[in-house]
Amino acid sequence: MQNLTFDIAHLLAGSLVLVSFMLLYQDRLYALLNVYALHALVLALSVAWQAYAQDAPHLYITAAIALLFKAIVIPVALHRMIKQLGIHREIDTVVGIGPTMLLGMGLVALSMVVMLRVTTEADPLAREDLAFALSVVLLGLLMMVTRRNVVSQVVGFMSLENGLVLAATGAKGMPFVVEISVAFSILIAFIVIGIFLFRIRERFDTVDTHALDRFRGEQP
Amino acid sequence: MSFNAVAAVLAIPAVAAALLALLPNYRLSARLNVLATLLTFLAALSLFFERPATGPYVLVDDLNNVFIVLTTFVGFTTSAFSASYIEHEIETGRLTPAFLRFYHAMYQVLMFAMNLALVTNNIGVMWVGIELATLTTVLMVGIYRTHEALEAAWKYFILGSVGIALALFGTILIYMAAEPSTGAGLNAMVWTDLVAKAASFDPALLNLAFVFLLLGYGTKVGLFPLHAWLPDAHAEGPTPISAVLSGLLLNVALYALLRFKMLLAASPNALAPGPLMVSMGLMSLVFASFMLYRRRDIKRMFAYSSIEHMGIVTFAFGMGGPLANFAGLLHMSLHSLTKSAIFFAVGDIAQVKGTQKMADIGGLTSTNPVLGWGLVLGVVAIAGLPPLGIFMSEFLVVSSTFAREPLLALPLVLGLLVAIGALFLRLNAVAFGEPRGLNHKAKGSYVPMVAHLGLVLAAGIYLPPTLVVWFQNVAQLLG
Amino acid sequence: MALILKLAVQAAQMMLVLALAPLLTGFVRKVKARLLRRQGPPLLQPYRDLARLLRKEVVLANSASWLFRACPYLIFAATWVAAALVPTFATGLMFSWSADLIVIIALLGLARFFLALAGLDVGTSFGGIGSSREVMIASLAEPAMLMIVFTLALVAGSTQLSTMAGFLGSGAAGLRVSLGMALIALVMVAIAENARIPVDNPATHLELTMVHEAMVLEYSGRHLALIDLSAELKLLLYVSLISCLFLPWGIAAPGAAISALLIGVATYLAKLALCGFLLAVFETSIAKMRVFRVPEFLGAALMLGLLATLLMFVSRSL
Repeated sequence: MQNLTFDIAHLLAGSLVLVSFMLLYQDRLYALLNVYALHALVLALSVAWQAYAQDAPHLYITAAIALLFKAIVIPVALHRMIKQLGIHREIDTVVGIGPTMLLGMGLVALSMVVMLRVTTEADPLAREDLAFALSVVLLGLLMMVTRRNVVSQVVGFMSLENGLVLAATGAKGMPFVVEISVAFSILIAFIVIGIFLFRIRERFDTVDTHALDRFRGEQP
Repeated sequence: MSFNAVAAVLAIPAVAAALLALLPNYRLSARLNVLATLLTFLAALSLFFERPATGPYVLVDDLNNVFIVLTTFVGFTTSAFSASYIEHEIETGRLTPAFLRFYHAMYQVLMFAMNLALVTNNIGVMWVGIELATLTTVLMVGIYRTHEALEAAWKYFILGSVGIALALFGTILIYMAAEPSTGAGLNAMVWTDLVAKAASFDPALLNLAFVFLLLGYGTKVGLFPLHAWLPDAHAEGPTPISAVLSGLLLNVALYALLRFKMLLAASPNALAPGPLMVSMGLMSLVFASFMLYRRRDIKRMFAYSSIEHMGIVTFAFGMGGPLANFAGLLHMSLHSLTKSAIFFAVGDIAQVKGTQKMADIGGLTSTNPVLGWGLVLGVVAIAGLPPLGIFMSEFLVVSSTFAREPLLALPLVLGLLVAIGALFLRLNAVAFGEPRGLNHKAKGSYVPMVAHLGLVLAAGIYLPPTLVVWFQNVAQLLG
Repeated sequence: MALILKLAVQAAQMMLVLALAPLLTGFVRKVKARLLRRQGPPLLQPYRDLARLLRKEVVLANSASWLFRACPYLIFAATWVAAALVPTFATGLMFSWSADLIVIIALLGLARFFLALAGLDVGTSFGGIGSSREVMIASLAEPAMLMIVFTLALVAGSTQLSTMAGFLGSGAAGLRVSLGMALIALVMVAIAENARIPVDNPATHLELTMVHEAMVLEYSGRHLALIDLSAELKLLLYVSLISCLFLPWGIAAPGAAISALLIGVATYLAKLALCGFLLAVFETSIAKMRVFRVPEFLGAALMLGLLATLLMFVSRSL
């Protein structure tokens, strides 16, 4: 049944990359939050499966945290915040969705090639986990770079963190850093979203970062 | 007794942060802030005399001993400066007492985080410390809540988070490289064990990990092209924070990079990271030097100067070899003292003249002699002129480059000369000539600035031999 | 004797495909109507339509060339051959050596090419609209289809349909996320190629919303009968493709007994019914997209295909 273990891990990690692409495809804010909740859900499943496959019970806690906070609490909180602040709900992109997806494909291919070539000695489960995790990280980065809306940039960053959590669980036996990083991410998400969205909103009446460019100070 | 020093260095800021978050009276908070940093500094000083045993979480060796003391010292002087500086901020209404509570608490959290990153032996805890430090500075940069401050803080947050994420990925890769040799779990994250067993790690994985770490922590150091957050964050945040950012946080991030460089140097098959660091350092140096000419805001100009000096240090470490490494370590320490002194002066100038625009500042040596001449001395120091300390480290870098890679010395010297030219041009306009601009009373104390500059002057003339020996030891290990 | 039997089975498949195509279309229409709470046309109505069209006179435009008259035959021939090659109730039939997935795609491409030309031939504007839209859709759907073929070929080790169906049917592939992605991408491409909602509405009368219908607007009589039959055959082809690759249970192995073949036919009919039902439900529950959004839809299919191929590479090189 070892093959089945590997196959399911492959299935879940590949689905995480797929959902990252779905995140890139969205152009409406509520839909983006729902897809992000799906992203966190797939991450929780993936981490839980790794906990089972590696026989590492502390990872179940990580999966539970991911499920509870990232899949439920944070999307709901962001949803409420968007409604309350009346934030502009369409997402502007720097390049069109088509070129963004192609760029995303290029990044995924790059990360596969790099990670697989470098980790020839590790065991297959860890190798493919790291390759997929790097893809998710790069896709999150791409999302942050190609979006103008502040909320979508924050969602991009959170999907990047999900990729990091996947990488950390893939590295077998990595100690409590996983829990710490998860806790930190949640902390960041709350503090920053709360403070910045409220401050930006009250300063600018918009959450479009392009409007911030006027106040860039001196160039560059 | 020996373990208590490290515990004290960590516990005092933590306890102080909790207390400061609760105290409503900002004057009392400011004094408590100074007291806490003084106690931390004294605890760190005791490390000079007695080092604790190296454990899985704690490490005090030749490299970080100096930096711990330096960090706590600059933290102490900056808090002293800040205590007097904020009077003015309250008067002009830029900050309210509620925000000051937040500010002081965050300051102590920042000190805690930096000390944590410096004393730990665990690469995961080091990452945690640096991430916490970045977060607190992000919050403090935006504290004025103006449009520009928010933009600066948001840019810093985005770039900083990306840096944190890449650094974490690099850390995970190091763990993966180490795990076959050291076994899974905590053992694979203890730096001393990693260095001991580095020869048996997979070199390709180590190389990739270092690239990620260079990109991640390099963002924190402000290397070109990852520097975009630095000028804005320095210009828009409160001056004590600019001093701490330039003087301390950049150093701590570079220190983290050095730890990993030592790891790579211990593995004979790994690619030398030298060329990458050399090119990034050189690009930062040349780019920042040319940028110095066009700046109109005084804090922004000195922010670019920080980028330039971090470029020099990275270049020195990239060159490698005992002389260049020694020069790099010396430069890190002296730059920390000098740049914070300059920012103290600049903070006072901004208060006196009511503006940060250099066009509105002039004739400082006639209107505020101590401040004016202090600035002159600071700029002379940062430009690298003798007999101040930075001259020696820059001279060592240049001479070792001439000896090993003469071609690279050309852009290096070019960058240094361009920077000197720009700095003196601006200094002339600001410090000498006819007085320009308003003239309020300076509230910030001059003592920290004078103390730092005195130390830099002393270091230029006489370096304590123990320090030299420590730095030489580390230079050997850096490869 | 064995040769004659094999020939007979292969001929049976060709005839079966031809006979079932209008039935599938009729079934889908009936289910759609029922879901919309209408009675709907009778199940065998498409046969009656074809018979009626065959009896009618062909009316040609003055500007129609020889190509216009030849195209229906070409299209029908290419589509019928392609549909006949896809394994329906048994693999390893007599001509299955030629049943390469890339050949089938090429045949369909040929048919589409001639259809687009026919649309342009008469020189009306609606024909032009239809042809240009069809080719735009094709320019995205074909790469997606090829990516799917690559994925499946990487899994099964061959592009031959019989081999693929056999491999996937034996369960040796295991649980692969690439196969799931390939299935979704294939369904999206099938919807686009067969001019179904959300890409194109087969029942529309508004020329500006047409893609496929606009190209055949000028056809009448037996020409139109052949083109309609080709469209129905194409739908059957895609449904058979999806069933033999992703629902491979019940397909008779090569050289099996008559009873296995009959079981194969029965399961094949069941799969047709299931897929037809799902298609009808899907079409009823979604609205037609605006034409400029079709590239995004197909772009998503292409991405899925690419991703499936990449993931396949990853798991193979581990």
